[in-house]
Amino acid sequence: MSEIKKFLYVNRKAPYGTIYALESLEVVLIGAAFEQDVSLAFLDDGVFQLTKGQSTDGIGIKNFSPTYRALGDYEVTKLYVEQESLDERGLTLDDLQAVVYEDEDDDWEEKPSIRVVNRAEMADLMADQDVVLSF
Amino acid sequence: MSTLHTVNKSPFATGSLASCLAHCKDGDAVLMIEDGVYGGLSGTAVADLVQQKTGSVAIYVLSADSEARGLAAEKLLQGIKGVDYDGFVDLVADHDRTQSWL
Repeated sequence: MSEIKKFLYVNRKAPYGTIYALESLEVVLIGAAFEQDVSLAFLDDGVFQLTKGQSTDGIGIKNFSPTYRALGDYEVTKLYVEQESLDERGLTLDDLQAVVYEDEDDDWEEKPSIRVVNRAEMADLMADQDVVLSF
Repeated sequence: MSTLHTVNKSPFATGSLASCLAHCKDGDAVLMIEDGVYGGLSGTAVADLVQQKTGSVAIYVLSADSEARGLAAEKLLQGIKGVDYDGFVDLVADHDRTQSWL
């Protein structure tokens, strides 16, 4: 088996105004088949992708926010959210939906996938990757 | 281990350049392309932000894009270098990863 690489998907756009957020999610799901070390970063308007209570009935676009909760089943379990980006938008972790995964190394205990990091930690995360894919 | 960051949007239209500069590390490079080249101008609202970084981060503009938009070399901030397409390729090859700020 070939070497496992670290992939980071960087999400910086709000969900419905452009196609970036949905495209990112689709690429993440497709990429999950390749069993790489995948992380997702949410910063700037990208943090809006994870908010609770999205309801798109009135705009005729599929509400894809529940799909983030399925990522754990694809072994995508690291969703890094930038604290400064939340702060700038008046959001806290409570405004985001809960995303969890079952840790196979810890008796399938349910654990949170969302990890809030500060801007310096986000920069470190970006610098630690083999491949960065931006959306 | 360093990163080449590309920015392709005007800093007056999006926060991409500001976010890029807030996340890049010492020793990284930032290449302004397409409308991103407006970020290289002197005398703008973002000029100080960019100028502050020129000590720790190498900042480039893609000359074809700056020339296309009529940005004379003397209008660019001190320390910003122009590169041609071959130079763009060299920058990609010389860094460990490329990150696009869309």
